[in-house]
Amino acid sequence: MPMDMTEPTNDWVTIHIEGKPFRADKSQNLLHACLALGFDIPHFCWHPALGSMGACRLCAVKRFRDDQDTQGEIIMSCMTPVSEGLSISIHDPEAAEFRAAVIGWLMINHPHDCPVCDEGGECHLQDMTVMTGHAAREYRFKKRTHRNQDLGPFINHEMNRCIQCYRCVRFYRNIAGGRDLNVFGAHDHLYFGRHENGTLENPFSGNLVEICPTGTFTDKTQKAHNTRSWDLQTAPSVCVHCGLGCNTLPGERYGLLRRMRNRFNSDINGYFLCDRGRFGYEFVNSLRRIRTPLFRTGKESPQVSTDMNQALSSAVGILSNKDRVIGIGSPRASLEANTALRSLVGKDRFHAGFSETENRLMTLIVQIMSDGPVKTGTLKEAAMADAVLVLGEDVTVTAPRLALALRQTVFSHAVRCAERVHLPAWDDVGVREVAQDDKGHLFIATSQPTDLDDAARSCFRGTPDEIVAFGFDVHARLNKARKNQEDLAEPDGMYHSVVTAFQNARRPVVIAGLSSGSEAMIKAAANIARNLAEQGKDVRLIFCVPECNSMGLALLNGKSLESAIDAVNRNLADTVIVLENDLFRRTTSQNAEFFLQKARRVIVLDHLQTRTTAMADLVLPVSTFSEGNGTLVNNEGRAQTYYGVIAPDNSLMESFRVLNRFNGSGPDDPSTSRNRDAVLQDLAEDLPVFAPLAEPHAPLAFPVPSGKVPRQSFGYSGRTAMNAHVSVHEPRPPEDPDSLLAFSMEGFDGSAPSDLVTRFQAPGWNSVQAVFKHQTEPGGPLLEESSGRCLLFPAEENDASYFDHHDPCEISETELRPVIPLHHLFGSDELSMAAPAVASLAPAPYVALSPSDPLADCDTVFLSFNDETIKVPVKVVKDLPPRAAGIPASVPGMIPGPLPGQCRLSREGQP
Amino acid sequence: MLSFLQGFWVILKHTFRKRETVLYPEEKIYLPPRFRGRIILSRDPDGAERCVACHLCSSVCPVDCIALQAAEDETGRRYPEFFRINFSRCILCGFCEEACPTAAIQLTPDFEMAEYLRENLVYEKEDLLISGPGKYPGYNFYKVAGLAVGGKDKGDGENEETPVDVHGLLP
Amino acid sequence: MILKHVLIVIGVLGGAMSASAGLVWLERRLLAVWQDRYGPNRVGPFGLLQVAADGIKMFFKEDWVPPFADKPVFILAPVLAMVTALLSFAVLPFAPGIVVADLNIGLLYFLAVVALGVFGIALGGWSSNNKYALIGAVRGVAQMLSYEVFMGLSLMGVVLIAGTFNLSEIVMAQKHMWNVVPQFPGFVLFTIAGFAETHRTPFDLPEAESELVAGYHTEYSGMKFGLFFVGEYLGVTMTSAMIVILFFGGWMGPFFPPIVWFLGKTFVFICFFILVRAALPRPRYDQLMGYAWKVLLPLSLLNLLVTGAFVVGGYI
Repeated sequence: MPMDMTEPTNDWVTIHIEGKPFRADKSQNLLHACLALGFDIPHFCWHPALGSMGACRLCAVKRFRDDQDTQGEIIMSCMTPVSEGLSISIHDPEAAEFRAAVIGWLMINHPHDCPVCDEGGECHLQDMTVMTGHAAREYRFKKRTHRNQDLGPFINHEMNRCIQCYRCVRFYRNIAGGRDLNVFGAHDHLYFGRHENGTLENPFSGNLVEICPTGTFTDKTQKAHNTRSWDLQTAPSVCVHCGLGCNTLPGERYGLLRRMRNRFNSDINGYFLCDRGRFGYEFVNSLRRIRTPLFRTGKESPQVSTDMNQALSSAVGILSNKDRVIGIGSPRASLEANTALRSLVGKDRFHAGFSETENRLMTLIVQIMSDGPVKTGTLKEAAMADAVLVLGEDVTVTAPRLALALRQTVFSHAVRCAERVHLPAWDDVGVREVAQDDKGHLFIATSQPTDLDDAARSCFRGTPDEIVAFGFDVHARLNKARKNQEDLAEPDGMYHSVVTAFQNARRPVVIAGLSSGSEAMIKAAANIARNLAEQGKDVRLIFCVPECNSMGLALLNGKSLESAIDAVNRNLADTVIVLENDLFRRTTSQNAEFFLQKARRVIVLDHLQTRTTAMADLVLPVSTFSEGNGTLVNNEGRAQTYYGVIAPDNSLMESFRVLNRFNGSGPDDPSTSRNRDAVLQDLAEDLPVFAPLAEPHAPLAFPVPSGKVPRQSFGYSGRTAMNAHVSVHEPRPPEDPDSLLAFSMEGFDGSAPSDLVTRFQAPGWNSVQAVFKHQTEPGGPLLEESSGRCLLFPAEENDASYFDHHDPCEISETELRPVIPLHHLFGSDELSMAAPAVASLAPAPYVALSPSDPLADCDTVFLSFNDETIKVPVKVVKDLPPRAAGIPASVPGMIPGPLPGQCRLSREGQP
Repeated sequence: MLSFLQGFWVILKHTFRKRETVLYPEEKIYLPPRFRGRIILSRDPDGAERCVACHLCSSVCPVDCIALQAAEDETGRRYPEFFRINFSRCILCGFCEEACPTAAIQLTPDFEMAEYLRENLVYEKEDLLISGPGKYPGYNFYKVAGLAVGGKDKGDGENEETPVDVHGLLP
Repeated sequence: MILKHVLIVIGVLGGAMSASAGLVWLERRLLAVWQDRYGPNRVGPFGLLQVAADGIKMFFKEDWVPPFADKPVFILAPVLAMVTALLSFAVLPFAPGIVVADLNIGLLYFLAVVALGVFGIALGGWSSNNKYALIGAVRGVAQMLSYEVFMGLSLMGVVLIAGTFNLSEIVMAQKHMWNVVPQFPGFVLFTIAGFAETHRTPFDLPEAESELVAGYHTEYSGMKFGLFFVGEYLGVTMTSAMIVILFFGGWMGPFFPPIVWFLGKTFVFICFFILVRAALPRPRYDQLMGYAWKVLLPLSLLNLLVTGAFVVGGYI
């Protein structure tokens, strides 16, 4: 990411465009500078995240030597550095003719299929063709054709549309680190694809949809229910498929969620999303969605559908004795929903819905983050880091976008190398050439091989306990190095390079997470970061949390799920409200079943059918992220708001609204109709950590003279016909009292704060490339960027000390094997598994063993834990610690529930 | 004053002129084929639906009275899953016909579509679809689009070369 | 005797009302004929029931009073317009003996009642509380005041010749020669003034739809508008009848009964009103006023002077 990698030098010079002087940054190329100044120069192969390559020849402008020069020469602006006194003309007739000719050549073979192309209407090629003025194909001969490839469930390939700009392979190979997409053939037979049909392996393949300036790569999930971009109702949203809180832009039409696009945010996701975030959205349209309330009279009778009002009144009846009610929150429900539950049942009877381990780890993380002194880091800071240590977390699957950021440390290292030979950061090819194979200082310590290993300088493999020991060792050696006790001249394997890299680093980053379930791992990472901070380094500590609101839930200080089970068991409570949570993922099936049977009445609020909803006495449908508004707190402690795109109706409400309705006597009771602001206000008064949410929300303070920000584009069509089959009288647009967005085409059309921007579009720029018109400069932060609010600030003064390392207790029973949880990008996440495209890529159950394991030669083995046994195939994984069993986490067909520390494997057994 | 009288005389002479009015229901006038009346959806010469659900008609419609949704059959051919025109809103401007890249949507010389209920002016695809190509015989979009659709392979379209052999080394 | 009188009153009232209603149809048909169209020809034979259809429609329209209007005056204004138009029918001699009130000062009564017609316009425009209505009303008032001046003066020639203000006697005085011959200038002047008093085209500036929406009755709808509408046609009928009485010998004529002559002559002038509407454009407002004061008033004075001279000289 060349533009992200360099800090602005603020070395301003004067250039002349069309004879008028302008100030431009010397570190930029001319194209970047002109776009930043608001000039429209057509371009294809240049992208703020990819840098310059000079492949497409479209950004031609005319350069003049001096005032007397009227002839000038045509240059490629993307390959020209900005320099003092540079004088150019963009609108020069010769340059304009040149650009039109380039488009004319590109269009020689472009098929006549815009009407059936999903890119149509938001196509960079369409924009550029219009911008250059090319109108008719004058070439008399036949069109070249290509056969397409099947690239899997996510990406549709239509090679005829390709204009050979190379953006796809540059992104896929250089940025995402993929190896299975390349360019084949020669001259005008260039073919961009795989060596054979097959699913694209890289977890960022979905970004090809946005990177490709034509319809060569389009979204296959969208193709099944395509709608033009101008017909989509869009609103700023936040991804719910992991804890990073990437910003997204979902699109709705006719009540169906049609697609998910990236929403630029310079601090978090930048231009790219992972495939789980991009294609997991289809769970919203899933057949597993609960659309009507379900009610059963007794534990044995079947659930029957009922209507919402009846369901709400029976819920109020069930909850009449408030003292016997406990609530179980959820890390995948919004902060508002959890808060509403917490105030409904009271904070003593609010249980977070985390398992015991998860609750303990999350509490520890919150404590470390608020004690300081180390600040938590953004993904942008991770990409710019000059030394990174990943401790025990396979970030490529638990926080994929973070893995992409870490991969960019290789390039940011290359940029630093190029600086030494005075090569500008935007010269993509040159910079990569200078660095050759010199990687950055990324160190990965995990139990299993990860997809990021090729970007790492070195990797450490061991059981979680060994990794913890490694972490504490690094901390110890950093201490010694500080006191010059370590002899750095004597290389000592990986310790040496890690310690050296950290010693030389200015901006190191330490990363850990929850996936190994080890408390010591987090303490080790905290120790290292703290150590570096005390050496005066600008260190960042990033924790990967499993779910979209794990951090928000942890800040609510709830008790664990186990204590809820205990409360019911000891008959302290008999009525349970479960909020958007499948207990069978949190605890063993036995525990969950016991709990749900033992409780007299169970009310479950959820949007997807789960084993928990199947056992509930009353199931209430609630909205997903696409149907309502809410707040999620990401792993940095950044609270971000998502806004629904599907207009709400009376039968489907946000969880917090449903919970508020439980509160009072009827719909007239004011406490039953409290809005989001009121809920957050109460929360802030109760828990000071949430105080920033109670301040007038920047967007709410933002004046809206001409009405709310419209969710529909000005080209939104079919308004008077889309509901005509129901009634010819057009309905009023639905109200959205909770936000400054409207379900309408009309309203505010100025520059809204970035978290209220519902689409990126500018006159003449209809494609996703229009993002640069909303940025301070191409690749820079958005205009009026306001990306959520930080809840966690490291304490100014802190007296917390380093954590001590306790040796783990040895496993005495030799039959038990340590479990290495193996997370899967497609499979471990609960919600995205309800999306057919994602589910089709989920792995079948297996157990991973090291080649040296005595059972490695078996085809299948019997795996038992959580009091269950299943027969699973064996997968041999190199680099896995001996004796350890790698078990895929939460994939369908596996034993449900959280993974324990140990498991049992045998050749023979009884499932 | 004289001019007034002249004016009266001119007007009075009109008493015996032929009436310009056409007494409509009894008498009908000739409507040219390009008259902008009731909208239809046509079929291509092979008898398949011409509409490819590109949404251009709906987006150009100034009163937003066209709504449709795209779908694809098993051969990859795109067609409208539903296509609805609310004629109680339609102003018969003909922009949709101008925007249509496949000559599917056409306006016809028929304006006699008065109804007592507005509901009856909502036309669905089955009400709009006719069995012929309408004003533009001959044109078949999928024959000239570079897509492999409905049994037509890559390179079989009009003005197309056979697909490139990626493995070939010849220039 | 009383019965006869009651019958006359009912006959005049009914006749005037139905004539003015029929005029709606007549005007639309005639205008259509002169514009090479058919006009209303669907409802009933020759479209004659169009009037009934329009009437029914008007009755069933929402009777709406704008919230910003002065309500009592707003309701009163159309009634005034209608009643003042009807009042002058009282003195019209349709045939010998067929007159509601054969006043000595019939002509003066007529002039006085016509002057009252201005209230309908003035109050309607004022109470509507709408700028278009107000401008229309102001125009109407100024126009009617200006034209009334020489309207009265133009008739004084007739009075001088006949020596009476009684309309029946004026008719009788034309036994030998219709007044139009000796009083041709008076006839022209009175006709022009009549157009202005009934604010018909070309002098329909108070409602001038191309600039003032609908002038003083912009805010009126339903039957209130209908009253203004009928009032206008009553005015046309009444003015035509006055022209006939004052200048064309009233009911007098050979062969046919007097009432037929009277109605026939009146019909011709009603058609003339419509022909003028079909033929002449509307003048500018300042032209209208200038014409009244600078041309028509001196002309009517001159006419009166010359007629007076002749009468004093004993030539008539």
